[in-house]
Amino acid sequence: MEAPLVTLQSGPREKLRLAFAVNGEERELLVEPYKTLLEVLREDLGLTGTKHGCELGECGACAVLLDGELALSCLVPAVECGGRAVTTIEGLRDGPELHPLQAAFADHGAAQCGYCTPGMIVAARWLLDRKPDATRQEIADALAGQLCRCTGYQQIYEAVESAGRVLRGLPPLPPVVAAVHGEEPHGR
Amino acid sequence: MMRLPRFRYLAPASLLEAVKVLGDLGPEALPLAGGTDLVPNMKRRQQTPANLVGLRGVAELRAVSGDAARGLTLGAMTRLAEVERGAVAAGWPALARAAATVATPAIRNTATLGGNLCLDTRCSYYDQTEEWRRSIGYCMKREGETCWVAPGSDRCWAVSSSDTAPVLCALGAEVTLRSRGGERRIPAADLFADDGIRHLTRRPDELLTAVHLPPVEPGQRTVYLKLRRRGSFDFPVLGVAGRVRLSAGGTVESARIFLGAVGSRPQEARAAADFLVGRRLGDEETVREASRLATQIAKPMQNTDLTLGWRKGVAREYAARALRELGS
Repeated sequence: MEAPLVTLQSGPREKLRLAFAVNGEERELLVEPYKTLLEVLREDLGLTGTKHGCELGECGACAVLLDGELALSCLVPAVECGGRAVTTIEGLRDGPELHPLQAAFADHGAAQCGYCTPGMIVAARWLLDRKPDATRQEIADALAGQLCRCTGYQQIYEAVESAGRVLRGLPPLPPVVAAVHGEEPHGR
Repeated sequence: MMRLPRFRYLAPASLLEAVKVLGDLGPEALPLAGGTDLVPNMKRRQQTPANLVGLRGVAELRAVSGDAARGLTLGAMTRLAEVERGAVAAGWPALARAAATVATPAIRNTATLGGNLCLDTRCSYYDQTEEWRRSIGYCMKREGETCWVAPGSDRCWAVSSSDTAPVLCALGAEVTLRSRGGERRIPAADLFADDGIRHLTRRPDELLTAVHLPPVEPGQRTVYLKLRRRGSFDFPVLGVAGRVRLSAGGTVESARIFLGAVGSRPQEARAAADFLVGRRLGDEETVREASRLATQIAKPMQNTDLTLGWRKGVAREYAARALRELGS
């Protein structure tokens, strides 16, 4: 017996309905099939924290969490995200409070030009969600796909270690930058 | 900015529907699994299917069954991040290592085992933007007529760059291909053809649905070593995959060795494997001769990262390292 063809489909110029959760909020919109999740986040939802880098999966600037897993939004067609939960850099903070990673990146000078920072923080969040006591090697492995062309990886690793401590209820690592400039670190 | 070209998107909800859609559309459609290879290729207009058949909704492709004693069947949509761990890591560590060395964590969370097997072949004249390729008059693999790696050649020399493919060949794994007309189960090695353009024996109406790992035998050892520029991220410029069965005394009873990334398909090093049978991997003379035989079949071309001379030079030492690891 021939199976009924109930396949969801769209023509090349038709839009498809996309209902998904973005940073905990249910969103519903019509999207062209050719648009990537990155393009929908930035252009249709105005969430420009996620960055457009190489567009080919080679740089990590567009990293988001998709159902809690680290993913590259430039490689995912938005129409494949129906029913899924997306977390972007905008979804990390809790009200006015910075996420410990955001505070640690500021305190440790872990951003130079800052273009890689959203992807870097999202990837670090993915790691610390699973392993807040990650070792330096585990941090390097988890961030292997996040490229910083200012090459400031040392401060980034220190910031992730410090944030991991805060998430475990320990005091943050002393920020090198604050020590030099006599600044007070940000709140946890 | 590089946008995807326009395409018709179809999302079948079952395997039956998926193969029906592929049967209807034939070469006009490509299946979309994780998309980590196809999406960048589409952005660069290397692949421009009129229809994409999204497989996310096909639950059958994610099923995993079996164990080390009976063999393990992995649905083709099993993500590489899952292949890195668990049952595969315990029974077939070379496959877990191959999966773990593909690209980066974010990509392994998305990319699938079936997708890595069907990875498009790669070449430094092909993996470029549309503008770049247009400026050289394109190449044989897409829109052009000349192979710029070997301009006198009548075939395409693009490189099989999958990490899991040579391992599955060495393990003697099998794959299932399903179409509207039924399904066929073939050795993983038979999925590949020695041609940079027609590098898969999968017909356009067929879907790769599952990978079958054979039972773990007593004395089985497996290895995968990957050579690349950076310790993370990069595609292989050489992959050495091996599987041996050792007797209680440490003599090689059977061996299979495949090299990745030195041809348009995984290359079997049969002479090296035959040489190893009856010998011991602890013997350095044996390792040196077997690695010489293994890399004799490697015919790398000047179309990947790193220079040809260097890649040829290190191939033998790299194979020797893999064999020493099998014996240790």
